[in-house]
Amino acid sequence: MQDVEVRYGPVPALRDVSMEIRRGEIVCLLGGNASGKSTTMKTVIGSVRPAKGSVWYEGEDITNWNTSRRVAQGIAIVPEARRIFPRLTVLENLMMGAFIRNDRAEIDADLDRVMDMFPRLKERHAQKGGTMSGGEQQMLAMARALMSRPRFLCMDEPSMGLAPVLVEQQFETIQQLNETGITIFVVEQNARMALAIANRGYVLQSGRVVLAGTAGSLLENPQMQRAYLGI
Amino acid sequence: MDYFLQNFPQQLVNGLEAGSLYALIALGYTLIYGILEMLNFAHGDVYMVGAFLAAGAAGVFVHNEVAAVPAGLAVALMMVVAMGGAGLLGVGIERVAYRPLRNANRLAPLITAIGVSLFLESAVQVWVSPAPVLVPSNALVPQTVFHVGTVVTPLTGVMLFVVAVALMVALDAFVFRTRFGSAMRATAQDREAATFMGIDVDRVIMVTFFLASALAGMGGVLFGLRYASVDFFMGYLLGIKAFTAAVIGGIGNIRGAMVGGLLLGVLESLVGGFISSQFQDSFVFLALITVLLIRPQGLFGQPLADRA
Repeated sequence: MQDVEVRYGPVPALRDVSMEIRRGEIVCLLGGNASGKSTTMKTVIGSVRPAKGSVWYEGEDITNWNTSRRVAQGIAIVPEARRIFPRLTVLENLMMGAFIRNDRAEIDADLDRVMDMFPRLKERHAQKGGTMSGGEQQMLAMARALMSRPRFLCMDEPSMGLAPVLVEQQFETIQQLNETGITIFVVEQNARMALAIANRGYVLQSGRVVLAGTAGSLLENPQMQRAYLGI
Repeated sequence: MDYFLQNFPQQLVNGLEAGSLYALIALGYTLIYGILEMLNFAHGDVYMVGAFLAAGAAGVFVHNEVAAVPAGLAVALMMVVAMGGAGLLGVGIERVAYRPLRNANRLAPLITAIGVSLFLESAVQVWVSPAPVLVPSNALVPQTVFHVGTVVTPLTGVMLFVVAVALMVALDAFVFRTRFGSAMRATAQDREAATFMGIDVDRVIMVTFFLASALAGMGGVLFGLRYASVDFFMGYLLGIKAFTAAVIGGIGNIRGAMVGGLLLGVLESLVGGFISSQFQDSFVFLALITVLLIRPQGLFGQPLADRA
């Protein structure tokens, strides 16, 4: 992502933001409310188009690609607030995740795989998505994103609204996914948790990158400690 | 009481016939509302254009009340022309009039839809015919009349009912049993999240408009064969009644639109037969008000809080 500026009307939400996520990494994006985190994520997935700058993926300029083309090329998102389809069953939700694929046998294999990963989804496969608890919906959102076999997975506030024990599970899952070769870009409020699993991090404030570096260096940074880690 | 028992079956059959047409058009309102949350008030006029396309096609095949090609083939071609033409018209309307307003205030597409409705009515009135156009139904389908007990009904009426119900069953299967149907439902529930799945939402909306409008086109064919005459204003009241049926069933709900349409047709027919045919329309809208008061989400609709 290079020199990206995103505007909502006349107000720039992001100004000259540049970030780089390398293959195989976990990169986290931190920042307070209204700092531009979600806008950054929407720029990556293509829900908003930058007014200036460009977005690159696997060596190609994807700035003008629509979302469905990006998804077809291996980008997936676990959106903020989960956004599962409330009146589709769990199974139908998962099948929507595989919408871009046509390899029926492989899809079935992946269904088994994500249901092994999240046994709760297997138990509830015939239930409507909207009738499940927040934690279960988060699992479903994650499993649904995996059904597209992404190479690059974006996660917008995966810990939001979850009980602490579930948050820990969530971050463990993220690490496991990364070990299978999926590059991960995670937006988080929970800076400490995110930095514990990330390779590198960026910090946004009022639409600008104010800090960047390896997870270790951010944890050590005095400004960071004061503002986000509560030390 | 005797009078009632003797006439009830006949009124019921009449009601189911009218109701199946309402249901077919109501489906279009509900499909489009489900996806875009907009009321396509031009839908009744798409049905009217479909009826004119069917009448035009019939005019090509029938000369002096004799079909130039086998009658079955002529009817099939009428259906293809009317469904295809109405479908494309619907897609065109969405592309030209509604898509530019997709992120505008909710009132804007609504007013635009009323504008499209007036445009279609005026266009047909001025450029095609201000007077009713005859459909040579008697040269195309046998004018058989069935007598079952005390019930009398023409073949064209039975056709209307059977074809409409068959299309509803097919549509239901498409929406609830196919992958594209799931994508339609996903788009209806959360449009942005649907794009995250790689679903091309513009395409889903286009297909939805095509299906809704093609069903209306078929309604036009069936009406023409049944009543042998079409006019530029025929979509107005029918559109409003079909919309009423969709709201009674729960707008956005496909099965609700089917049931709402049939119920409305039967209600109208019973009121017409046993109370007063002049108050028929009043009772239709009284039913709407009653349902809205008692169950605002409609018979099959989810309460609003559940839709978020």
